[in-house]
Amino acid sequence: MSKKSTTTRRSFLVGSAAVAGGVAFGIYAIARPAANPLLEGLAEDEAAITPFVKVASGGITLIVPRADSGQGIMSMQAHLIAEELDVDPQKVKLDPGQPHAAYVNTLIAANGLPFHPLDDGIVPKTVREMMATVARLSGAQFTGGSSSVADLQEKLRYAGAVARETLKLAASSQTGVPVKQLKTEDGSVVLPDGTSIPYTNLATQAARMDPVTDVKLRPPAEWRRLGKPFLRTDIVPKSTGTQTYGIDVTLPDMLFATVRANPGRGGGLGPYDASVAKTMRGVKGIVEVNDGLAVIADNTWRAFQAAEALEVDWPAPDYPATSAEMWKVLEAAHVSENRDSRLRDDGDVDQVMSEADIFAAEYRVPYLAHAPLEPLNATVLVTNQDVAIWTATQVPVSIKDAAVEITGVAGDAVTVHALPAGGSFGRRLDHDYVIQAIEIAKRFPGRPIKTIWSREEDFTHDFPRPLHLCRARGSVADGKVVAFDLDTISPSLGDSWFSRVFVVPPGPDTFLVWGAYDQPYEIPNYRVSGYKAPKLVPIGSWRSPGACSNAFFHESFLSELINVAGADQLEERLRLTKDPISRGVLEAIAEMSNWSGTDIGPGRGRGVAFCHSHHVPVAEVIDVTLTENGIRIDEVWIAADCGLVFDPVNAEAQLTGAAVWGLGHAMNCELTYENYAPVQTNFHAFEGMRLHQTPRFHTSLLEKSEKICGLGEPATAPAAPALANAIFAATGIRMREMPFNKHVDFA
Amino acid sequence: MSVNEEETISLIVDGASFEVSLEAEMPLLWVLRDELGILGPKYGCGIAQCGACTVLIDGDAVRSCQVAAGDVWGPVTTIAALGLDGADHPLQTAWIKHQVAQCGYCQSGQILQAAALLEKDTSPTDSAIDAAMSSNLCRCGTYPRIRAAIHDAARSLRES
Ligand code: FES
Ligand code: FES
Repeated sequence: MSKKSTTTRRSFLVGSAAVAGGVAFGIYAIARPAANPLLEGLAEDEAAITPFVKVASGGITLIVPRADSGQGIMSMQAHLIAEELDVDPQKVKLDPGQPHAAYVNTLIAANGLPFHPLDDGIVPKTVREMMATVARLSGAQFTGGSSSVADLQEKLRYAGAVARETLKLAASSQTGVPVKQLKTEDGSVVLPDGTSIPYTNLATQAARMDPVTDVKLRPPAEWRRLGKPFLRTDIVPKSTGTQTYGIDVTLPDMLFATVRANPGRGGGLGPYDASVAKTMRGVKGIVEVNDGLAVIADNTWRAFQAAEALEVDWPAPDYPATSAEMWKVLEAAHVSENRDSRLRDDGDVDQVMSEADIFAAEYRVPYLAHAPLEPLNATVLVTNQDVAIWTATQVPVSIKDAAVEITGVAGDAVTVHALPAGGSFGRRLDHDYVIQAIEIAKRFPGRPIKTIWSREEDFTHDFPRPLHLCRARGSVADGKVVAFDLDTISPSLGDSWFSRVFVVPPGPDTFLVWGAYDQPYEIPNYRVSGYKAPKLVPIGSWRSPGACSNAFFHESFLSELINVAGADQLEERLRLTKDPISRGVLEAIAEMSNWSGTDIGPGRGRGVAFCHSHHVPVAEVIDVTLTENGIRIDEVWIAADCGLVFDPVNAEAQLTGAAVWGLGHAMNCELTYENYAPVQTNFHAFEGMRLHQTPRFHTSLLEKSEKICGLGEPATAPAAPALANAIFAATGIRMREMPFNKHVDFA
Repeated sequence: MSVNEEETISLIVDGASFEVSLEAEMPLLWVLRDELGILGPKYGCGIAQCGACTVLIDGDAVRSCQVAAGDVWGPVTTIAALGLDGADHPLQTAWIKHQVAQCGYCQSGQILQAAALLEKDTSPTDSAIDAAMSSNLCRCGTYPRIRAAIHDAARSLRES
C-alpha cells in the first residue's frame, strides 16, 4: 500500500472521531477531516493509529493536547485513552503534541452563545453546532472554560478503542487467531492460550493495516480505570521536585531575559535612559519590545536588577488613571443605549414593581489578578530557518501564528514545546509574554533566551478580571420573591480578550451576564440585562469569567430578597427551581449540611449560594464564627453535578481548590489603579487564602446529569456569595463589595 | 560599586560542595537556579511572601530569595536531597498518597517547610501546622490535603 493512500484512510478517522464526539458537519468542505499530524516522519516500526495514539517498537505515546495548569487534565486525557486502549497511563509516554487542526476544541466557542444552557431546543442546538464548525475552521485549540473533559471525553475514548481494535487485528493477522478470541490487557494483546503480545511488537504490522473504526465504547459498568480513584500521572514528579516547568527549561548557551513594560498597559515606550543598566554585571543587551524594554543577561537576578535601573518616561495609556475614575465610567455607562443584552426577561418586572415596594441594592467587584505562582515565562530559540518555543500556554495555535508573524518563518518551522503550567486560572489564555519572548530571541539568533517576568511585572501587566458593577431591584409578596431585576455593567471581556487571541464573535457579550441570566430559577417576573461600559484596562478570563462576579451579585441579591420576604434561604431557592438536576444539588446540600436555617448560634452564621455555570450546578453552604481576631470560616459544604465522574480524587480537589480560590479573593484581594497601574504588585498586598484560614470541606458529586462536564471552574462562583450570606447571618453586615475585608476582619 | 563586588563563595548543597564567583548579595535562589542548575527551589515572589523558594539551611526552613549567597551559614538542602532514594521521604509518600499537588509549583517549598516542622514536632496539632505553614502560599488551594498529608507523614514518622 502506498504511503499516500494510508494517509487518506488514516485521516478519515479523525472525521469519524469528530462525529463520534457529537459533532457532525453538514458540508463536505467542513466535514473534510484534519490530517493526522503524527503520520509525518513515521519510521517503519511506528504506527500512528489515530492523532492521539502512537505505537512504536520502542514504546507507546499518547497525545494529550489540552494544557495542564494544575487541574489534572493531562492525566485525565491519558486515562480516557487508556480506558479503551488498555495501557497503564503511568507506563506510557505523554506528549502534548503540536498545535494542529486535529486537536481543536469544538466546544469552547459554543459555550459563549446567548442561549440558556438548559435549552436544548433546535435553534440553540443548531447554532452550537455552527460554532463548533467555526472553532474547527479557525483552529481554536484552546484549553479553557472547563471544556476539556466535555469536548474530549468521547473523542479520546474512541481513539483508544480504535487503536486497541486495530492492534488486535494486527495480532490476528500475525498469529492467525480470530480477533473475536483476542483480549487486551496492560499494553498487550492476549491470545486464548494466555500468550501476551506487547503492542510495541505489533507496531510494524499495525502500521500496514487500515484502522478499525467500527468500535463500541465500553459502558461505564465495564470501565477498568475510570470512575474509581487513580493516581494522577503527574503526582510523583510534583511531589519530588522533579517536574520541569517552563521556568526550569535549560538549554546549552542559554541567556536570561526580563521585561520592563509600560505599567500603563498599551501606553508604549517613551524616552528612556539605559546607560546605568547597560554597564551592570552580566548584562548582554537591552532591546525594545512591544510596550517596553527587555534586559538580556547571563542570570535572571542580574536581568531583574538591570531592569530596575532603567529610567523610562512612560507615556500615558488610553484609559483613566485611577480606579475612582474608572468606577465613574461604569456608573455613567448604566444607560439604555449601552444595553448589550437582556437574555432573561420573564413576566413583567416593570408592571409588578410599579405596584409593589421596591427593594434595591448595588454591588461592586474590583479588578483581580490571576497571579499564577509560576511567573510568566517562555524560552525561545530563533534561527534562520525555524523557531522553537518552550512555554506553558492555553493557546498554542496563537503562539504559533505569532512566531510566524514576528520572525517570518513558515508555520511548519515553528515548534511549540508545551509544558505543564505552575498555575494559570485563565492567564495563559493570553500569550503576550510569549510574543515578547519571541521578539527578544529574534534579536539573538541561534541563542536560546529564557524570558521571565518578575512578580511585579506579572501583577502590573496582568489582563485582570474586570471591575463590575451591579444594580438590582426586586420585590416580594406573601413571603415569596416575585420580581427580580438585575443590571450588570462592565467593560466587555469578550471584546477585549477575543480581539487579542481569536475573533470577536458577533452578538451580545455573554460574559457580562454569565452566571446570572442563565440560572434555573423560575421567578415569575425575572429580568437580567447586561450593559457594556467603554473599554478601560485590557481585561482577561479569570477562573469562571462572568460567573465569578455575577453569581456574587445574583445570589447576594436573591438572599437579600428572601430575607425581606422572611422565607428560608434554601427552601425558597428550592421552591423557585424546577430543573431536576439543580434541585438535586440543592436537596443534597440541605442534607449534607443538616440545614435548618442560617442561625446556628450566637456569634456564628450560615450562608448558602448556588450557581449553574459551565453546565454544572453547584451549591455551597458555609459556616462562620466571629472570633476575637475576626471572622473564621469553619466549614464548607459543596454539592455539584457534573455528570459521571471519571476521577473522583481529582474532582474533589477541583471543587475545594476552586472554592479556596473564590473565598480567598473575596476575602482580601483587589487591584486598585493609581497613575494607570495597579497599586498591588506582589503577594504582600494580594494574599488570597492561606492555610490557617482554610476551612474543613465536605463535598458531594451527584452524577445524575447526563452531561459529562469539567470541574476546574464551577465551584468558584458560589463561594463568595455563600460567604457573604454567612457573614450577614453572623454579623448583620451585608457584603455588597469585594474584597470583604474592607468591611470586616478575617482571622 | 558594592553591587558588583565579587567574592568566591563556597556552598554545600544537597551534600555536594560548590565554589562560585559572584556578587555576594545575589540571592541564594538565583545562585541555585541559574548558576548551579538546581531547579527544585522556585521563584514565586522574591520578597518572602510565597515560600516557593524554600530550602533548608542547617535544618531550618528559609526563603532562599532572601538569603544573600555570601550569608549562607550552613549546608543547604533542597527537595532533590529529600527525595534522593526515589520518593520515600515520609512526607513525599504522604503527598503522593493524598494527591496533594495540583499545578505543583508551590509543593517543593511546602514539603520542605513541613519537613522542618516535623523535625521539631512529630505530633503537630492543627494549630501547630497552621503556624508553621501559613506563610507558604498555594494559589491552587491545596491546603486541606497539605494538612492531611502532614498528619499522615507525622504518624508514619512516629511509627518508624
Ligand atoms: S520566592 Fe521566596 S518567598 Fe516567594
Ligand atoms: S499546587 Fe499550584 S500553587 Fe500550590
